[in-house]
Amino acid sequence: MNHLSTRHLTGIRDLQEQDIHLILKTASEFKEVINRPIRKVPSLRDLTIANLFFENSTRTRLSFELAEKRLSADVVNFSAATSSVKKGETLVDTVNNILAMKVDLVVMRHPHPGAPHYLKSQVNTQIVNAGDGTHEHPTQALLDAYSMQERLGDLQGKRIAIVGDIRHSRVAISNILCLQKLGASVRVCGPKTLIPKHIASLGVEVSHDLDATLAWCDVANMLRIQLERQGGEEMVPYFPSLREYQARFGLTSERLNRLDRAITIMHPGPINRGVEISSDVADSEHAIILDQVENGVAVRMAVIYLLAGVR
Amino acid sequence: MDSHVLIAPSLFDRIIDRLAHQLLEHHAFTETDLVGLQPRGIFLARRLQSRLQELLPSSTIPCGALDVTFHRDDFGRRNHPIAPNATDMPFLVEDRRVILVDDVLHTGRTIRAGMDALMAHGRPRSVELLVLIDRRFRRELPIEPRYVGKAIDSIDEQYVKVRWQGQGGSDYVELFNQKPA
Repeated sequence: MNHLSTRHLTGIRDLQEQDIHLILKTASEFKEVINRPIRKVPSLRDLTIANLFFENSTRTRLSFELAEKRLSADVVNFSAATSSVKKGETLVDTVNNILAMKVDLVVMRHPHPGAPHYLKSQVNTQIVNAGDGTHEHPTQALLDAYSMQERLGDLQGKRIAIVGDIRHSRVAISNILCLQKLGASVRVCGPKTLIPKHIASLGVEVSHDLDATLAWCDVANMLRIQLERQGGEEMVPYFPSLREYQARFGLTSERLNRLDRAITIMHPGPINRGVEISSDVADSEHAIILDQVENGVAVRMAVIYLLAGVR
Repeated sequence: MDSHVLIAPSLFDRIIDRLAHQLLEHHAFTETDLVGLQPRGIFLARRLQSRLQELLPSSTIPCGALDVTFHRDDFGRRNHPIAPNATDMPFLVEDRRVILVDDVLHTGRTIRAGMDALMAHGRPRSVELLVLIDRRFRRELPIEPRYVGKAIDSIDEQYVKVRWQGQGGSDYVELFNQKPA
């Protein structure tokens, strides 16, 4: 198949296995493009894309914006902090106002789960979800899958551990769905308070033992402890202290040295150095954290190219 | 399906041979690169590369593969975007003499995109075009090849297919009266 089966990317749930393979294959061609002397192609030169960020983001917004600019699209940015949302405008009104200015595609991040899904039934445009609350973050899952494939080849039968704050993580859910569609086995690992009860119904294994999980997996994807979703550093309610978290679930070189083989280390960023991952591990040759960032631009170029080209 | 053979296998090798010699009339291959256009021009570029290598055993003939998908002029005008092929340009074309290679020249739009795509890899001193089949009088852009395997007259509904058989097989070119399914 050489085109996507969907007009929107609100979540990995929208995608079939072939769609994911097409996106990853297209991304590898865009990775070649962004490593050329001239890192830009003219494909989207008559399209305008709006990046609507109803929640703060630095790297995802930058990554989308670079991807769009390298495809030669015109880009407008919107962030909720400086907008009429504060004046009480509804989501549908905000988006319809922007669409009235002839925007072809909308990339959105929103604090409420399901916001892009709701929006696609209300407005006439194509939507790419850049993260909706604790629900999905499909482009992050795709770039993670791309980065894993780059290291390990086909992911069929590979064992991937997702470690840390699963409860607040849209990266975790999108990753689980995406990796399962690609045939990998997934295990989540973290303190009981940070693992939602129903998570096993997605068909993943659950563990509370980091050392056993590291011994099992080919890749460990270390999620960030989301201090801002837990009431700040002073009143973290899900575990007794950051120090205790670090002692039980922090990835350190001592832990990795106890394994009989090297595993690949990932992190979606931003890193809390010394909490979920120690500095020497984050900077080691087995960590592909900066590859993930580079691949993020290529994968987002692929998603936008494949969606925006649909008539 | 109504079709006939335009270039039989016996003639095919002779045409490749002639094209290689024509290139040698104009190029010493000290500063010249072959660049095949994806997906099918690369087969012809590689055939020429190996023939030239036989004729010039002491030189290295650089041969790249260029995908023009992202430079096409019909994005958003088809039902679905075209999935790209790999670009493999292991060299910069800055100040080089480039020979763009494709199997069939029809409207000229692929070549236009190819020139655009080429410029992302440097500013070549010159660009020439070599094609195996030139479908004359079908051009939509002012583009003409310098080296031509065979020029044919055809109508729009017809379809030319170069059958690359790979290592050891014999290649040939077929003309269909309709685009094959």
